Amino acid sequence: MQNSYPLWKNFSIITAFLVALIYALPNLYGEDPSVQVSSVGGNALSQQQMQQVEAAIKATGVSSKAFEFKDGRVLARFTNTDEQLKVADVLRDSMGNNMTVALNLAPTTPSWLQAIGADAMYLGLDLRGGVHFLLEVDMDAAVKQKEERYIDDVRQGLRTGNVHYQSVSKDAGFIKIKLKGPEDKPALMTVLNKDFRTLDVKEPEAQDEVWLTLSETEIKETKKTAVAQNMTTLRNRVNELGVAEPVIQQQGENRIMVQLPGVQDTARAKEILGTTATLEYRLVDVEHDVQKAVEGHVPVGSRLYYEKNGAPILLDRRIIVTGDQIVDASSGMDQDGRPAVFISLNGVGAAKMGKVTQASVGKPMAVVFIEYKAETKVINGEKVRHKEKVEKVISVATIQGVFSKRFQTTGLDGPQEARNLSLLLRAGALAAPVDIVEERTVGPSLGQDNIDKGMLSFIVGFALVVLFMAVYYKLFGMIANMALAFNVVIVVAILSLLQATLTLPGIAGIILTVGMSVDANVLIFERIKEEIRDGNSPHTSIFLGYDKAFATILDSHFTNLVVAVVLFAFGTGSVKGFAVTLIIGILSSMFTAINGTRMIINWIYGTRRVEKLSI
Amino acid sequence: MFNTNINFIGNRNIFLTFSSILMILAIVSLGVKGLKMGIDFTGGTLIEVGYQEAADLNLLRSKLDENNFADATVQNFGTAKDVLIRLKLKEGVSSADLSNQVLETINKDSKSPASIRRVEFVGPQVGDDLAEDGFLALLYSTVAILAYIAWRFEWKFSLGAIIATFHDVIVTLGFFSVLDIEFDLTVLAAVLALIGYSLNDTIVIYDRIRESFRLMRNKSTEEIMNISVNVTLSRTIMTSLTVLLVLVSLFFLGGEVIHGFSIVLLFGVFFGTYSSIFIASPVALMLGISPADLMVPVKEGADIDNLP
Repeated sequence: MQNSYPLWKNFSIITAFLVALIYALPNLYGEDPSVQVSSVGGNALSQQQMQQVEAAIKATGVSSKAFEFKDGRVLARFTNTDEQLKVADVLRDSMGNNMTVALNLAPTTPSWLQAIGADAMYLGLDLRGGVHFLLEVDMDAAVKQKEERYIDDVRQGLRTGNVHYQSVSKDAGFIKIKLKGPEDKPALMTVLNKDFRTLDVKEPEAQDEVWLTLSETEIKETKKTAVAQNMTTLRNRVNELGVAEPVIQQQGENRIMVQLPGVQDTARAKEILGTTATLEYRLVDVEHDVQKAVEGHVPVGSRLYYEKNGAPILLDRRIIVTGDQIVDASSGMDQDGRPAVFISLNGVGAAKMGKVTQASVGKPMAVVFIEYKAETKVINGEKVRHKEKVEKVISVATIQGVFSKRFQTTGLDGPQEARNLSLLLRAGALAAPVDIVEERTVGPSLGQDNIDKGMLSFIVGFALVVLFMAVYYKLFGMIANMALAFNVVIVVAILSLLQATLTLPGIAGIILTVGMSVDANVLIFERIKEEIRDGNSPHTSIFLGYDKAFATILDSHFTNLVVAVVLFAFGTGSVKGFAVTLIIGILSSMFTAINGTRMIINWIYGTRRVEKLSI
Repeated sequence: MFNTNINFIGNRNIFLTFSSILMILAIVSLGVKGLKMGIDFTGGTLIEVGYQEAADLNLLRSKLDENNFADATVQNFGTAKDVLIRLKLKEGVSSADLSNQVLETINKDSKSPASIRRVEFVGPQVGDDLAEDGFLALLYSTVAILAYIAWRFEWKFSLGAIIATFHDVIVTLGFFSVLDIEFDLTVLAAVLALIGYSLNDTIVIYDRIRESFRLMRNKSTEEIMNISVNVTLSRTIMTSLTVLLVLVSLFFLGGEVIHGFSIVLLFGVFFGTYSSIFIASPVALMLGISPADLMVPVKEGADIDNLP
C-alpha cells in the first residue's frame, strides 16, 4: 500500500481546497458604483443625518440599487456611474459642509461570504486607477519655524522675567541674546533654567551675550511632530477630497505616502495636496502710513502685505497664532445673518489669542495665507531646492471683543468664501512645508486596460501550459493541470484573505507562477519515467519518483523563495506586489504539485494492478 | 523523448568561450553605451495620454516645442492612439504643475482633447533611493543564495551557480543596453526573478550531480557530470518551455507596461537554461569539484540529504 494516502491526509487536502475555493469566490462578483457619505471628523453619522442623506438622494429622482447604513457611514449603490456622479454632485452641494461625500466601488459580495471575512482581492492603483504621492517634509524649515517661535517666546519670557535685554536675534544657527549689561546675566539664567530647558545654552566670551540652540532631543521632537502634524493635516485634506479608501503612511524618517484610489480629478487632488499652505493671525498696524511703507519706509515692528484685491496693508511683525494651533473651523451665519467662519483654537493658541485681544478690542486683525511653492534650480551644476513663499492677506476683520478658544471671523465676501476659508482652516495648515517628490497617477481607463490585459494573458498562458502538459504527460499531465488550477485558486484565496495589494506586476507574478509551478510536477514525472526505464514496476516508480524528486524540489524552490523575499523587502509599490504573489505562488505550488497530484494519482492507481502508466 | 547522451562537459571549452565572448560584448556595451535608465532611477516626468484616434506626433512635438517643453520626447506607446511624453527634471516647476501644463499645452486648439492615462513623476532624491534599494536587493539576494548553496552543497558549486547566474544577468543587461530598452523598476524586479529562476535550474542539475557522485563511484567526475546533465535535460527543457509559454503570452497580450518585464524574463529564461546546462557544471568542474568534496557533509549527517 505504498501508493495510498491515509484518510486524514486526503481529508486535509480536500478541506484546504474547499476553503480556498470559498475565499477565492468573492473575486467573481463585480462592483457597484456607489456613493459613500461619512462625517468630516470621522465620527459616526447619526440616525437623523442618515435619514437626511436618504431624503436628499430620493429628491434627486435617481433610485438607488441599495441603501446601506453601516459603521456610521452611508453607502448608496447605483446601477451605473452616471447616476453615481449625479447623486454625488447633489450631495456635495447640499451637505458638503459637514459630511464627506466620496465615490466608491462597492463589492457585490454576498453577505454570507462577507460574514466569514471573505473579500475580493485589494487592487493596486495601477489596476483601479488613482493617485500615488510621496511627500517629503522639509525638516530644515520645520526646525527653523521652531526657532522663530522660540525667539518670540524668549522675548516674552525676558519681558515677564524683567530681564533687560538689547536684542534677541537669529544668527548663524543660534538664537543670540544681547543683554543691556553683564549684570543682567543671573536673571537671564534663572529665566532660561525655569522656562527654556529645551534649549542648550552657550556662553560666548562677551559677558553680555548668551547664545541658545535647540537641544538634540528638541530637534528630534520637532521633526517627529512635523511629520505627525503633516500626516494629520493630509488626512483631513484627503477627507475633504472625498476619497473612499485613502492610504496615508509614513515612509522612512521624513516622507509620507498618500494613495488615493479611484480619484478621477487628479488635478484637483494635486492642487489640494500639493500646495503647502499655512495660516497666521496678525494684528493690523493702523498707526503707520501704508503708502509710505509701499515707497520703502516700512516701520520696524511691521511688515508689508497685500490683500487679495492687491491693496497694500501693514501688519504687526508678531504672529498671534499659526494655523497648526487651529483645531476646528466651520462656516455658517453669525447672529446678524452675515457669512462667518467659526474657529476653535488649542490651549496654547487660545491663551495667546486671549492676551492679544484683551489689549486690542476694536482693532482690525488679519488672516495671512502662506503658500510654499517648491522650485528646483540649477546653480553651478548642482541641483538646489528652493522654496518660494507666497503670502496673501485673505481676510481682515475687526476684533469685536475679548476671545480666546472660540471665535468667529466675519467680513467675508459671501457664504462660498466662508466655506472655502473654513475648509482651508480645517484642512489645516501644514506645520512644515512638504514637497511632492514622487507621483504616480493612473487614469481609470488604463487601470481597466491593465486588468483586461492581465486577465487575457493569464488565461492564454494558463491554457497553453495546460495543453502542453496534457499532450506531453497525458493522464499525469491532466492531473498536474488540476493541481495547477488548485494552485491558482489558493493564490487568489490567500491574496484575498491577506488583502495584499494586487498590482499589474503582481498579476505577472501569478502568470509566472503558473509557468513555474508545474516544474515540481515535471521533476516528479521525469523521475517516474526514469524509474520505469530502470525496470521498476509502475507502483514502485511512482513511489520512488515522488520520493527522489522531493529533496530537489525543496532545494530548487527555496532559492526562488529567497529571491522573492529579498524582492519583497526592498521592493516598493507595484514591485512588492510582484514579490507577494511570487512568494505565495511558490509555497502553495509545492503543496499542490506534490500532495495534490499524489492524492489523485493514488486514487487512480493506488489500489489496482497497473501494467503501464499514462505518462 | 530526451534519452540523450550529449557530451556537454567534454565540449565545455566551446561553450565557455562562446559565453565569455557574449559577456565581454555585454560588458562593453554596458560600459560604452550604458543602460537606458527609466525615470524610476533618473528622476523625471512621464505622461501617457490617450486619443480617440491616431495621434499626430509631429503636431504634438511642435506644440510642446513652442511652449518651453523643447526637451520633451514624444512617442507612441503600444498603439497609435496612445502617446508617451517624457520630460527631464525641470527647474522652477513643481511636479504637480508640470503634467497639468503639458496637458493644457497639447490640448490647446485641439478638436479632440487627450485624456491622461498615466503620470509618473520621480524626484531626483527618490530616483537615487530607488536605485540604491534596487542595487542592495541585487547584492543581498546574491549573498543570501551564495550562503544557501554553500551550506547545502559546497563552495565550488556555490561559486559555479553564482558565475552562471551572473552570466545570465550580465548578458540580459547587455541585451537591454544593445537594444536600448528602458530599464525601470519592474524590469529590475524581473531581473531578480530571473536570478531565482536561473538558480533553480542550476540547482536541479547540481542536486543530480551530488546524487550521482554517491551512486557511481567508479566513474570520473566529468563522466558523472555529463550523465547528470543528460538525465535532467528533459526536465530542464520542459520547465523552461512551460515558463516560456506563459511569458510569450504575457509579452504579446500583457500590454506595453509589462513589456520590459516579459522581455527580461523571456531572454533571461532562455539564457538561464543555457547556462544551467552549459556553464554551471563546467565551472564547478574547473574549480576542481570532486566526489570527495561532497562525501564529508553526508557522513556528518545532513538530515534532509538522507530523506528516502
